[in-house]
Amino acid sequence: MTQAPDLTISGSATIDGAPLFAPLTLTLGAGQWTCLLGGSGVGKTTVLRLIAGLETGAAFNGQITAGDAQPVTSRVAYMAQDDLLLPWATVAQNVSLGARLRGEKPDLARRDRLIERMRLQDHLNKKPGELSGGQRQRVALARTLMEDRPIVLLDEPFSALDARTRADMQDLAAEALAGRTVLLVTHDPAEAARLGQSIVVMTAQGLTPCEPPSAPAPRHVDDLETLETQGALLRLLREAA
Amino acid sequence: MKILSALAATVFALAVWQAVVSLTGLPKFILPGPALVAETWWQNRWVIAEHTWITAVEVVIGLAFGTALGVITALQLANSRAARVLVQPMLVFTQALPVFALAPLLTLWLGYGLWSKVAMAVLIIYFPITSSFFDGLMRTPPGYLDLARTMQASPRAVLWHIRIPAALPSLASGMRLAAVYAPIGAVIGEWVGSSKGLGYLMLLANGRAKTDLMFAAMLTLGVFSILLHLIIRRATARMAGEAR
Repeated sequence: MTQAPDLTISGSATIDGAPLFAPLTLTLGAGQWTCLLGGSGVGKTTVLRLIAGLETGAAFNGQITAGDAQPVTSRVAYMAQDDLLLPWATVAQNVSLGARLRGEKPDLARRDRLIERMRLQDHLNKKPGELSGGQRQRVALARTLMEDRPIVLLDEPFSALDARTRADMQDLAAEALAGRTVLLVTHDPAEAARLGQSIVVMTAQGLTPCEPPSAPAPRHVDDLETLETQGALLRLLREAA
Repeated sequence: MKILSALAATVFALAVWQAVVSLTGLPKFILPGPALVAETWWQNRWVIAEHTWITAVEVVIGLAFGTALGVITALQLANSRAARVLVQPMLVFTQALPVFALAPLLTLWLGYGLWSKVAMAVLIIYFPITSSFFDGLMRTPPGYLDLARTMQASPRAVLWHIRIPAALPSLASGMRLAAVYAPIGAVIGEWVGSSKGLGYLMLLANGRAKTDLMFAAMLTLGVFSILLHLIIRRATARMAGEAR
């Protein structure tokens, strides 16, 4: 992986002429986890999709730039709430999907190392339908890591998981993606408080930066300061509504 | 269990049939009973087998050509907006024409033999195959396409690795429909002009008031269609993503 750059998106977006979000500036620190927290419909997923270069249905007026002035969209990896595993392909094939789609030869040794790191070695030749929700999200994480991109965009990847699996996945992802520039879009204040090295709350009024807890991420689920931050974030979300 | 219930349904249908014959006392050239039809079938088994073979060949060749043509058309439509604009309305229009009306024309063009029947079978299954596969190709889950885009996939790779595999269950259901339609096409072709095939045999028997032979041929066609449907169903189970 090349050095992870910092990244700034600034501008406003409209849908059919109606404003989706007012002019805003969001900076993702280089090699850091930034959590963008907000309720449904405030446009946080749009922000993520704009950075990824994906279709949003909104008209964006502004710019997205990396600190090293290199192009952005060719350096992102993307992970969504839906694991997006191809049901007809095996775990191994899903993990190396990117190389196949680019017509490259996948690095099989690397693939197997990642699969082992995600504790999926017993499921190598299974189809996604045979796996649990947590296992499927681990395959998706392995696929994301396989891309080895300096910028990683996570769109609520853990929100469909049960509480215990979610906490496990948060730990695993925090460790595996350390050192990359990560944007995590979430509606869960607890998740933002656990994982954010920088936390930004997005409401209809705009962005509000919040002080993250002082402990290094991923923080313990019962860390007092983390719980306080979680409460403060929830208060902010409710006041804005 | 499945076989048992199929058997029970068959016995029930035969009983109803026999009951209607006994109760109404219809003459056998109007409605022959199941016993008579079975007897006629056995006596004419070689004739029926010969004609069944002809129809089966027409249907299988028709299925192969129709499926190939449908798949190619759907891929072209999915790949090119121009093709969609130019060809799609035509496709719908051909579907609006009654295939029966085309049968005499096909016989005129392709003759009394095998190919006019194959053409009928192709015509009748072309649309269901094309439209089901095309729908599948156009309804790729958008999340897959997003993922592929962030991976810098070429449109060709997306088609090959994502859109086609995702559309295979739709193609499978189109092929299952086709398996039911194709024999209809072949038989219509035979009615319009032929000297062989189950359709011809049915027409011949009917014309000579051999209603029992007509029934025997018709039931043979039904059994053939059901078998064909089951075979295609089995063959497409993997494509449809069903557990084997």
